Amino acid sequence: MPSPQSLFEKVWTAHTVKKLANGQTQLLIGTHLIHEVTSPQAFGMLRDLGLPVLMPHRTFATVDHIIPTNELVEPYKDSLAQAMMDEVRKNCAQFGITFFDRATGKQGIVHIVGPEQGITQPGTTIACGDSHTSTHGAFGAIAFGIGTSQVRDVLATQTMALGPLKVRRIEVNGRLRPGVYAKDVILHIIRQLGVNGGTGYAYEYAGSTFDGFTMEERMTVCNMSIEGGARVGYVNPDETTFAYLKGRPYSPTGPAWDAAVARWKSFASDPGAKYDDVVKIDAASIAPTVTWGINPGQGISIVENIPSPETATSADDKAGIIEALAYMKLPAGAPIKGTKIDVAFLGSCTNGRLSDFREVAKYLKGRKVAAGVKAIAVPGSQIVALQCEKEGIDKILSAAGFEWRAAGCSMCLAMNPDKLVGEQLCASSSNRNFKGRQGSPTGRTILMSPVMVAAAAVTGTVADAREVFTVN
Amino acid sequence: MALAKITSVTGRAVPVVGNDIDTDRIIPARFMKCVTFDGLGEFLFNDVRKDPKTGAITDHPLNQARYQGATILLSGANFGCGSSREHAPQAIQKYGFKAVIAESYAEIFFGNSTTLGMPCVTAAREDIAKIAAAVDANPQAEVTIDLVKLEVRFAEQTVKITQRESARDALVNGRWDAIGELLDGIPAVKETARKLPYLATA
Repeated sequence: MPSPQSLFEKVWTAHTVKKLANGQTQLLIGTHLIHEVTSPQAFGMLRDLGLPVLMPHRTFATVDHIIPTNELVEPYKDSLAQAMMDEVRKNCAQFGITFFDRATGKQGIVHIVGPEQGITQPGTTIACGDSHTSTHGAFGAIAFGIGTSQVRDVLATQTMALGPLKVRRIEVNGRLRPGVYAKDVILHIIRQLGVNGGTGYAYEYAGSTFDGFTMEERMTVCNMSIEGGARVGYVNPDETTFAYLKGRPYSPTGPAWDAAVARWKSFASDPGAKYDDVVKIDAASIAPTVTWGINPGQGISIVENIPSPETATSADDKAGIIEALAYMKLPAGAPIKGTKIDVAFLGSCTNGRLSDFREVAKYLKGRKVAAGVKAIAVPGSQIVALQCEKEGIDKILSAAGFEWRAAGCSMCLAMNPDKLVGEQLCASSSNRNFKGRQGSPTGRTILMSPVMVAAAAVTGTVADAREVFTVN
Repeated sequence: MALAKITSVTGRAVPVVGNDIDTDRIIPARFMKCVTFDGLGEFLFNDVRKDPKTGAITDHPLNQARYQGATILLSGANFGCGSSREHAPQAIQKYGFKAVIAESYAEIFFGNSTTLGMPCVTAAREDIAKIAAAVDANPQAEVTIDLVKLEVRFAEQTVKITQRESARDALVNGRWDAIGELLDGIPAVKETARKLPYLATA
């Protein structure tokens, strides 16, 4: 009997090609996803080296970062955005790569498109020039965010050079309290373990809370692994995973389906697998969480007060609090609840899926966005948008005062026209609250769950959704 | 493809203090609307080097006359956290930096930098403070990062550094860009793929 192994070890071993001279592993990357921002330079490098794409059928492209969400006809007003669009189109055509362009009706944020199409599968390795590639780990894949030189490596060789990671199992057990979502779980984990606590680790999320989560909830958590420093995050595949994948365009069919499910199951971590670290969290201890600072680890529950330098636990912590409060222009020691907001953003690869919009629509029905608040809702993909429109979710959100947009990354990183202006403060369902992240060098971001964004939108302040919407 | 063996980096240094300096700070996303990496150096740390309201040049270390021409960047913990954008190390390198000394690095940034032949070495906080103090006292001071002896020499002082062995090996032996070795492995890649049903049948 082989000794019990974690999913990470099994997938790593199955995809190991050979050991490289410097001790790293040449790792086979089964699935490669690309988008317009981090791939053009890689194709340029291939051309410079005169190299072909080794397995063009294993790379899938879409456009998400620069795409305008309120302008559907090309050429786009922004000529730089159009140039990037043209470049992806040209590269995919030249190298024979499948491109989920807007005309296909399947375009969207790369981390939403992969699962939606059934391209993301358990027991596989996935890479994409985007740090939120960890999202795909929700399916029991090992999914890496990579730089552009590695995009080149994967295009040319379907492999990359990598050292192994340690594995930390994060067990969350029990039921989440009403009004607490997957987003709160990951904000809570990052707050507990720190923004660099996961450096060198893959995070295995487990426990009864994750067992009970839908695939979309698992994706929200895995998505933000990198905000905790972990390059990879995953959940072991189970019946929930298989049910989600059944019937998707790229999922196996017929006898191949049964064989695939059997193989997928075999990749799940064995009972008794050894972990480099184990962390246990009680689901009931997690409250709706919001950030107050300039990194995703600077979070508090909605009922807590903004930290003050006096409460710092170390000199570093103190310096961090001072810098964050100065940038965020928030009063030390005051409640976060009641902080006035200017913008509400629903969307992103973290929270731009159907279940996010369904949940928000449930509470926004018959409500109005507060005067003076700009509110935008950006579906994560054309398929999410279409389904929301079929269900009338777009109408509910529009009636409430949200602008209903076309699919893309939008104001998560503001590479398209959706940007904060000046010091605007945004209640955001996205993943990063770095200085200047949402397009204005002095713009401010408070991260939270979509329902908390909805509560902030209707009250015009950071609010406790449980009170605003009487959730209990 | 013969690559340079990077056994040491010598030059002047500039301290950019602080922890958790993220990739959005290093190169704001709006400057990534480009299809090549050319010209990114100009926008390195853009939003802290220019006053966002007035556009005026700030007193950021990279703007200070005394640090012009520095080729070694000093910083704090978790340097390069956030996005996987290679635009970040590309901007640092294209600005003119040849190496970084920091307390720790975010994983993806570290790998991206190594692949560009830009060593990221790790030193203790108090040792980085010593280097920073020396270059503050004399910005012309020569700083040498020695990847063989794993030390930094400056102003008649020496401090220890560490670097992940796979990265150090790759740099000093001139194999920091793995593409050549990966290409050599293609027959083995195909063999591995044949054993994986999702790749074998596609």
